[in-house]
Amino acid sequence: MTEAAIAARPTPHVKDNAIIRFENITKRYGKVVAVDNVNLEIREGEFFALLGPSGCGKTTLLRMLAGFETPTEGRVFIDGKDIAELPPNKRPVNMVFQSYAVFPHMKVADNVAYGLKMDGVEAGESRRRVEEALELVKLGGYGDRMPDQLSGGQRQRVALARALVKRPRVLLLDEPLSALDAKLRDQMRSELTSLQEKVGITFIMVTHDQDEALAIATRCAVMNRGLLAQVATPADLYEFPSSRFVADFVGSVNMFEGVLADDKHDEATVRCPEIAAPIYLDHGVTGAQGSTVWVALRPEKIEMHKRPEGAAPMKMEDAPAGTNVVPGIIRDIVYLGSETIFEVELEGGRRVKTFRSNLTRYDQEDFTWDEPVWLAWHACSPAVLLS
Amino acid sequence: MARERKEKPGPLEYNRRWPLQAIVGATLFFLYFPLIILMVFSFNDSRRNIVWQGFTLDYYEKAFNNSSLIEAFANSLTIAFFCTIISVVLGALTAVMLWRFRFPGKTAVEGAMALPIVVPEICMGVAMLVFFARVMPWPTGMPWPLNLGAIIIAHVSFAFPFVATVVRARLASFNRELEEAAKDLGASEWRTFWDVLVPHMQPGLIAGALLAFTLSLDDFVITFFTAGPDTITFPVKVYSMLRFSVTPEVNAASTILIVVTVVLTAVGLRMQDQQDQKAKAK
Repeated sequence: MTEAAIAARPTPHVKDNAIIRFENITKRYGKVVAVDNVNLEIREGEFFALLGPSGCGKTTLLRMLAGFETPTEGRVFIDGKDIAELPPNKRPVNMVFQSYAVFPHMKVADNVAYGLKMDGVEAGESRRRVEEALELVKLGGYGDRMPDQLSGGQRQRVALARALVKRPRVLLLDEPLSALDAKLRDQMRSELTSLQEKVGITFIMVTHDQDEALAIATRCAVMNRGLLAQVATPADLYEFPSSRFVADFVGSVNMFEGVLADDKHDEATVRCPEIAAPIYLDHGVTGAQGSTVWVALRPEKIEMHKRPEGAAPMKMEDAPAGTNVVPGIIRDIVYLGSETIFEVELEGGRRVKTFRSNLTRYDQEDFTWDEPVWLAWHACSPAVLLS
Repeated sequence: MARERKEKPGPLEYNRRWPLQAIVGATLFFLYFPLIILMVFSFNDSRRNIVWQGFTLDYYEKAFNNSSLIEAFANSLTIAFFCTIISVVLGALTAVMLWRFRFPGKTAVEGAMALPIVVPEICMGVAMLVFFARVMPWPTGMPWPLNLGAIIIAHVSFAFPFVATVVRARLASFNRELEEAAKDLGASEWRTFWDVLVPHMQPGLIAGALLAFTLSLDDFVITFFTAGPDTITFPVKVYSMLRFSVTPEVNAASTILIVVTVVLTAVGLRMQDQQDQKAKAK
């Protein structure tokens, strides 16, 4: 599972030392367990994403770093030092809040300078650093504005500058892009990554948006009900999910429950009641013969071929060359511009999703509703999940 | 413009139809006509002050030369001043406490705090009278303004819940992340309170202060029960003057009180407005 699916972003600024370490962290609110025995190391220089549905405990974990929550059990280390006793105002971390929390009654420059004032930085030095920070987030010359004269995106930049100007060891971002509109969100994604590379500070981001995590982070932790489900690079997360939850939460997926029928060193087959033919895999699965497994197949990894209306019923032998092929009928088509989603009904009634990129302006193959098709996928495409 | 005016009012333009205009007119009439009459008759050149006899400023002169009236007026302003300061501090702290903390009996405290607003003033007055007579007599013969202490305490006790209510409402719109942001940037609890919470409360504090000031300035019932012979306030003095005869002097004194209240309120609102303008303009 360690083979990289695609080239990872070069990360020369990531160091080997663990800047953050969660050790057996548990947080309980009365009977509710928000965080359940989490062990996690984050390396210096990483852009780390805590990803999960709402209520999974990701924000609680982030707020523990900031000092707004204390763990019920376990310890948190920053730079090898236990920070349990440190109040929020004494920690070497700064946070960008979901609402940005820009002080409404202060000028932009005063907002950015606030942290320096608290540290007792001398006025001239403070002015210089504030200017620098505002330049960094492309808000040079906005120092004299009041926050209510800024757009949402600009206010977020103020929050970023205000946190970065203190040169923290770690920058925490709570759902940084959730309040921006779609266009601006895309732009801020790339700006955040380039900003992080420029300052070299460890960024830790909380998000429920898997696209955001995949696009920005160097490494992600997926959380579910307080537990760490998987910690991996974005590509590994998507291509090699460790559980049904991760496969389903990150990206879109077709999941088939089946029984491991045959398991050898370099090939395996899974029998799924919902698919006529057994699913053939070109790698072994470390699981007991006959045990229940789940086959996760990403929609874009399924090819769709025309199935000429021949003498019914179709047989598997008529299928075009390919390792796994099943017949089906197109039941729904959703045109999204860059791609089209097809919902194909298999013989047993199960519906499968597949994407096709709209490579030309005319769809020569002209797939349409209720058309019989073959679905094909390579033997290495599906991920086999044991849990 | 002129042509637009002749157009029929739109479906939602109630303010351009006669029923609403009539209601507004009647409301303004009943609210302000008595006050205007009072002011006009303060210039009446007649002792009985029933029929208009002619214009004079004599009664203003008389009022200003009435040393006991002036003393009562000074007392009222002093009481209102101290009452405002104490009420704002106490009210703001109460509001912050109720907003910020959860503790056993919080609902009870909230209810108890609202009591002075709902309890009839006459009961408050009698209660204060008994309290200062039996439980904690205010020492007599104290130098001015300490001799006003009992009245100030009485006024604070009914004015500060109003401040607390106003400030509490303001706090409801506070974004807790602002507080966390300040702490995250290195501010202590105390700095956070002054740098973030107080600026947010400010409009509530000003509104509360205006309320407390006017409530204290024109309170009659509670003051009547707590005032001693040497601590007469303006409303009590006016009442005692009325018992002899309704001369234009009473009107003149009332007019002065109205003018003072209106001017102070205007100044307060103006100050708040300027703050907002400054915050916007910069």
